[in-house]
Order: sequence, then C-alpha cells, then structure tokens
Amino acid sequence: MNTAQTELTDLAAQAVEMARRAGATDAEAVAFEGDEFSVHVRMGEVDELTESGSRAIGLRVFFAAEGGQRTANTSSSELSQDGIARLVSGAVELAKVTGVDPFAGLPEREAFGSLAVDELALYFEDIDSVPPQERIEIAKRCEAAAMAVDTRIQNSRGAGFDLSTSRRVMVNSRGFAGEYRRSYCGFSATPIAQDASGTMQTGSWYSSARTPRLLESPEEIGRIAAQRALRKLGARRVPTCQCTVVFPPDVSRGLMANLLHAADGDAIYRNASMFAGKLGEQVAGENITLVDDGTMVFDHVLPDGSTLRAGGFGTSPFDGDGLATRRTVVVERGVLKELLLNTYTGRKLNMKSNGKAARGLAGAPGIGGGNYFLEPGELTQEQIVGDVKRGLYVLSTMGFGVNLVTGDYSQGASGLWIEDGELTHAVEEITIAGNLKEMFRNVSAIGNDLEFRGAGAVPTVRIEGMTVAGS
Amino acid sequence: MAELNPFAIPYDHKRYFFETLGLSERLLERCLGEALSAGGDFADLYFEAVTSTSLGMDEGIVKTAAQGVSVGCGVRVLSGERTGFAYTDDLSAERLLKAARTAALIASGPQTTRIAGFQQTHTPQLYPIAGSSDAEISAKLELIARADRAARAFDPRIVQVRAGLSDELRRILVAASDGTFASDTQPLARLNVAVIAKDEHNTARGSSGGGGRVTLDFFTGSKSPEHFAAEAARTAVLQLGAVAAPAGEMEVVLGPGWPGVLLHEAVGHGLEADFNRKKTSAFAGLIGQQVASSKVTVVDNGRMPGRRGSLNVDDEGNPTQETVLIENGILRGYLSDKLSARLMNMPNTGSGRRESYQAIPMPRMTNTYMLAGEDDPGDIIRSVKRGLYAVNFGGGQVDITNGKFVFSASEAYLIEDGKVTAPVKGATLIGNGPESLKYVSMVGNDLALDEGIGTCGKNGQSVPVGVGMPTVKLDRMTVGGTAR
Repeated sequence: MNTAQTELTDLAAQAVEMARRAGATDAEAVAFEGDEFSVHVRMGEVDELTESGSRAIGLRVFFAAEGGQRTANTSSSELSQDGIARLVSGAVELAKVTGVDPFAGLPEREAFGSLAVDELALYFEDIDSVPPQERIEIAKRCEAAAMAVDTRIQNSRGAGFDLSTSRRVMVNSRGFAGEYRRSYCGFSATPIAQDASGTMQTGSWYSSARTPRLLESPEEIGRIAAQRALRKLGARRVPTCQCTVVFPPDVSRGLMANLLHAADGDAIYRNASMFAGKLGEQVAGENITLVDDGTMVFDHVLPDGSTLRAGGFGTSPFDGDGLATRRTVVVERGVLKELLLNTYTGRKLNMKSNGKAARGLAGAPGIGGGNYFLEPGELTQEQIVGDVKRGLYVLSTMGFGVNLVTGDYSQGASGLWIEDGELTHAVEEITIAGNLKEMFRNVSAIGNDLEFRGAGAVPTVRIEGMTVAGS
Repeated sequence: MAELNPFAIPYDHKRYFFETLGLSERLLERCLGEALSAGGDFADLYFEAVTSTSLGMDEGIVKTAAQGVSVGCGVRVLSGERTGFAYTDDLSAERLLKAARTAALIASGPQTTRIAGFQQTHTPQLYPIAGSSDAEISAKLELIARADRAARAFDPRIVQVRAGLSDELRRILVAASDGTFASDTQPLARLNVAVIAKDEHNTARGSSGGGGRVTLDFFTGSKSPEHFAAEAARTAVLQLGAVAAPAGEMEVVLGPGWPGVLLHEAVGHGLEADFNRKKTSAFAGLIGQQVASSKVTVVDNGRMPGRRGSLNVDDEGNPTQETVLIENGILRGYLSDKLSARLMNMPNTGSGRRESYQAIPMPRMTNTYMLAGEDDPGDIIRSVKRGLYAVNFGGGQVDITNGKFVFSASEAYLIEDGKVTAPVKGATLIGNGPESLKYVSMVGNDLALDEGIGTCGKNGQSVPVGVGMPTVKLDRMTVGGTAR
C-alpha cells in the first residue's frame, strides 16, 4: 500500500502543515473513514437495515513554552477546506489557554515506527464478497437454527450481521506517516427461552472475522446461542456463602482484563491503581502469566486444508502515538513485569513507552492494549469443575462493582451451581464478591481452553474463597 | 410538574440549518420523496450539528483542551415493522438524496405514501441557548481551577485531583413525511471532580459532578465547583476508613437523589415500548397489574426546566411529556416512539431518542423519578434493625428479559439498631425488576433529583438522562459485600 496517495493522508498532512504555519511547534493529525453495513432480523423478518459511511479528522497541536509544552485537540466531521481551516485555528486558539506541561509533546523522532502493514493481514479484499441479500440470509439462518433447538424457545431478541471496513491515517510534524485499513464481519443471535413458570432467559453467541471465509457456520452459532439460553432456565437463588467460583472463558476474559487495567500507566502515576508502586513485585499467583500483544497474526485452517493468515482484532501496525506495536509480558509467573505505557505516561514515570497509546479522534491518547491472553494451563474444564465440592460456575456477570484503586470486586451474577463436581441447577439474582488482589493469588486452576474469539482470550479460571450473596 | 417558561425569548432553531448549512424546505421534501420512492410508509430526516468543548485540569495544570464538531443527517424509512436507515456527514443535495435512496430500499414497490405539508411542532423552551465564546473559556477555566483548589484544601490526604468541564450545543432539525417539522437547540454542561485520597494504610477514590441543560451561571449558585469538590473529597476520605460491606439479603434504605438509578434499571428500561412490543421484557403484558408496593408512583418527565434528561422535543420531533409509568404500585404505561406507538396502537409519549444522526431512534427515558411519600427520612432509618443505608451509586445495569438488575453503591453505611454507623466499601446490589419494588415499605417526603450526571446506554447508544427518588426503604434486597 502506498500510504502517501490517499486523500485522507493528504488531508491529515495538510492539517499538520497548516498548524505548523500557524505557529505550532509540533502537530499530529489522525483521520478515519469507514463504511458500515448492518442488518438485524427478528422472527425471520428484517427488522433494521443500515448502510452508510463517514469520515472524520482529529488534530493535536503543541506549543513549546518555558519548561514544557502547551497542547490542545480538535476534531471534526467537516473535511471541506473551511472545515480543516476551522479545525486548525480552533486547536491553535485553544492551546493558548492550556497550562505548560513538562511531560507533554510528541514522541522523540527515533521512537516512531510501524510494523509492515501487509504482513498483519488486517484487511481482506473479499470482505464484500458476500452480497447484502446473503448477509441477511446468514442472520436469518442463525436465528432459525437457534429457534429450532427446543420448543421452549419461541421468541427471540433477533440476530444480526455486521460488516465494516475502515481506514486509519496518522501524520505528524516529526516525520511519521502511517496508514492502514481493516475489515470486519460478524454475526450473532440472541434467542429467548421460556419455561412453564413464564420466566424468560436470553442466550447469545457470535462469530466474527476479518473475512467472510473465516466465519463459522450460522447453524452452529445459533445452536450454541440456544443452549446458552436454555441452561439458564429454572434458575433459583442460593443462600449466602463462601465458595469456589469457576469462570469459563467468556467470563474470565473480562475478569482477567482487570490485571491489564490495573497495570495502566495512567492509573499508576495517579495512584489510582492497586498496582501503584508494585512493579517487579508479586501481584498474582505464580500460575498467572498475562501477555498484551498488538502484533498477533493467526494461522487459520480453512475447510479445504489450506491456511489463511489474519490479524487479530487487537492488532495494529502502530499505536496512537505512532510507535510500533509490540508484545509485552505484563505479568509473568505472578510478577508485575511491565506497565502499559504511552509516551506521556512513560515520561511521567521516567520510563519508555511500550507502544500502548490508544488514540481516538478527539482528545489526547489514552492507554489501550492490543490483543491479550492468559497463558493456558493443562486442565480441561470438566476437570476444573470436577474438583469442586460446592461452588458456582458463572454464566454472566453484571454491573460496575470493580474498584481498581482498592481491588474491591462485587458483581451481579448468574450461573450454574456445582455440587460434588457436577453442574446442577441454574442460579440467578446473586452477587459474587472478593478483592482482586486476593482473587489473582487464589486462582487454583487454569484451563487448557484458550481460544481467541475477540482481542482478548483467557481460559477457564477457578478462584477459591469468594463470597456469594443470595437469599 | 408545572410547566415553566423561564427563557422567554423566542428562538428560531431552524435558521441555523437553513442559513448556515444551506437546507431548504424544497430539499427536505425532495429527500423525503426519494426515501419513500420504493414504497415505505413513513420517512424522516434528522439533521444534527454538535459542537462540544471539554477542558480538564489535572495535577493543577490545564492539561487538556478539546473541541469537536460533528454535522450530519440520518434518513430513516419505515415499512411495516422494518426500518431502513442511512446517514451522511456531507449535507450536499447529492449525498442527502443518495442516503435517502439507500434507506428507501427497505421497502420494495411503487411509492404509495404522500408527503404531508410540514407543520411546525410547538416547542416549550425548557433550557437556555448559549454558544461557546472566548469569554466563556476563561470562565470555564476559572471553574475547574476553583474545583481543583477546593478539593486539595479539603483534606491533606487528597493526593490527586482532576477537574473537568464538558459542554456541548446540539442543534437538531427533524422533518418527516407525516408533516412533522421540528427543530431545537440543546445545551448540555457538566462539571466533574475526581480525587484520590491516601493515608498510611489505604488509597481510595471519590468523584462528584453535576450540570444539566444549563449555562455556566448554573455553577455560580449552590452547585458551585467548591460543592462538587468537597463532595468528591469527602467521599474519598470516608472510603479510607470503610469496612467490608455485608453480604446477603437485608433491609436496605436508599438515600434521595441519584439512588433513583434503581428505578431507571429496575423498571424504566423494562417499560420501554420496543421490548414490550417484541415481548422480550420481563414487564410484557403486566399493564394494570401490581408491580410495586402501593406507596410507589414513578414517572418519566422530559419537561423539567434545565434538567439533563429534558428535551423540548424528542429526536422524532414530538413534544416530550410527563408519563406515569407506575401509579400507586400499578403498572400504567410504556415509553413509546412513533414506530412502537403505531404498531402497538398506543399513544406516543415523545420518547424517541437517538445518540446521533448515525443511529436509529428508539424509546428511551428522560428524567425518571419516584414521587415523594409521607415518611420522615429519620423515621425510615430508625425503623431498621440491621441493614444498609446507601446514599450514592456508580452505574447500574439490567437484563431486560429476565428483569434482573444491579446497581453499585459507592457510598453506603451500616444501619444498626436504627442508627447509621460505619461506612462500608462499595458493593453491588441486585434485584428483580417486577418484584423488588413490592418490598418498598416506606417512602420519604424528601424527593430529590440527581445532580445531572447520568448517561444511559442501550443497544450501543448513549443519551443523557436524569433520575430521582425520595429516601426509600426496601424490606429486602441482596447486598453483594464480603462480610457476614
């Protein structure tokens, strides 16, 4: 791909140049264009169909001053010449009111970098190869398969198929220019199961990929969604107790992501994380190794036996500051080895960025990783459950009861009750609580079931000594 | 609630779109014609222009200053129960007509619906109109600087302070094939303070904020930067000494104001008409039935002057209203938009809202609150032998279909023998929407609305909302702490 040729790169370069001419010491522009197709079907009929595209640009300017730099951001969906002029003048004016920050500024020239875009396989030309009518059919097939599983499924929240392509560009005044495209397609279904008591339960499942060639069977996804709804039926509450809790992959992924959130350099320098001051220390059990990796490309085996390489959903050639993405072992055998740092938080902590800047169009870069995973263990999920005398197998968690400053964790949950190593009845309207600092040390088993269905992947995890609150 | 009109100057909201962005009635009619060219039975155009500013002070330095501009149009076509939708950020006639043609394809056939002559919706003026100006920027900087100073001065244990002020001006114009023609200019401002407190043993966070559809004058009265700063700092310092929250079912007293998020999650979402039309809500089919104690009356009111959830018109161009959801414990009605009102043959409550021109409207809440009762708040506390007194919350969440909802307390205390005692750590409370409010046994006389911080998410779309409640006692609710 020749990055200098697209109109989007020209617009970004123009904004940077205009900002420099207006007196900015440095400037950086990011621009985005995307097209989306989205269809939602319900009970076999099309419910909503959206097809559109949009473009927008964001600008950051820096003005050198005694003791540091001033900075400001603007963003706009108006890409006309007048629109760009307003974007630039707005940023330049706004920068006058900000304070001088000794740590603000673009990265040093030698820090910039990008992985080879073509090798990351983030965009597939055949993304549009499935015509719109067939996308609608896939959603309908997925929903129909879910509803055919059991007579207790007579209603549905619907099924959808989404497809999008996007192009992202970044240009700055220190010589960095990068651009990449991404493609995405996916579908999902959410049937509703209802038992004789009248209680309804939803179950959802999905498949997503960078090319339609890698999508799973709509019928298979529909059947899994149905099972996920059916197994919640007959749920009751359990008495408040202390017990073992098993988190299967779709739930453990969110739980273990808290290790990354707590290692966020921004939270660390503000003392807003339980990991502040803990770099190099044991923060989890020796069985915990967590990796953040923005470079992952996966080999997929196609039905005909051939292999197709496709970039992960968290893969990108460069981060929001224009640094090459990389693989970072954040926690190794329970020791906090690295923080997630962008350029700004790196300077604040007197360390170097490890390429974890996340940049939207508006505002300064924050922290965001790429793909992440917990190193898998040896056990099957059956073995992990089989060892539990009494406990909870979590099906879903709800709420915002995670405090990364203290580690306090309290979430609503539904699940299956475990008695003597067997999954018994469904459970709902309970909470699970503990403290993450202890929970990460009390992981008593890790599964071998690591599978990437999104940017993050975590196998089944079993944690001892949590509090379940119920009746 | 009485209808007030404190902002008496009439304002022509549509001028911006016609004069600055070059729209004309003729063009709108052409686009609607194109949208219905394949046989849809309704079409609307939603133009939106948003300018937003945010300023942030962090570690005593104004570190962030950002401005954004977003302009675009969404074209929607309804055909029976089907919705076709397209949007564009380019308002040229060519691109608008292309979007209309794309949305039109949801239907297939000859044009059958005629476009009615535009009838301008009469709108109240529930909020002032203010644009950003340079003079305002310095006034905003002063506000966040005051918040920063006040939080630091509150207690030496406050080690980190972030103060921010975000505001936006959203202009909308809606034109529909049924003759709806409405426009509005909607301000929204919010001041936030977030702090970290630290002592030799513990670290804790605290945050506070407020605002509404207001000008900066709002922050010169009792809702001053110092008020929010003190509130954030007080919460953080209090949390330094918090003990573990209890676990299990117990009596729970919710304080007035923001704890009304209970209503938003427990009943509000479940009463949005789209879920009930599809019978996917735990409240489906319960109209006329007892879903709460007879002491409970809940309304959704989009017409409260200056409130964060208020709107002169909804995003489909209909006037907002006060809608009774639950009256003395009986379920009375749903929140509807044009599509659900038509398909369910029920009144339109003016609840059609959308995050932006890139999103399809759906029934949403505005300001949702429980009316005051007759109990003295002190008596309510005194009536509890052992329980939880929760006065402030973080977010909440609900599973519409099974009715289970959670909301997470950020400031709560134990009640022991009728007295408020130790502060406890944050904990999530969980309940079942159609059941939980049946356990409301006391309702205070101290109705309060929240400070103006709520943002509600549904199907990926965020909109500003308000909540409110008097002090309320629930005889049982499950508290998700760790202490026995």
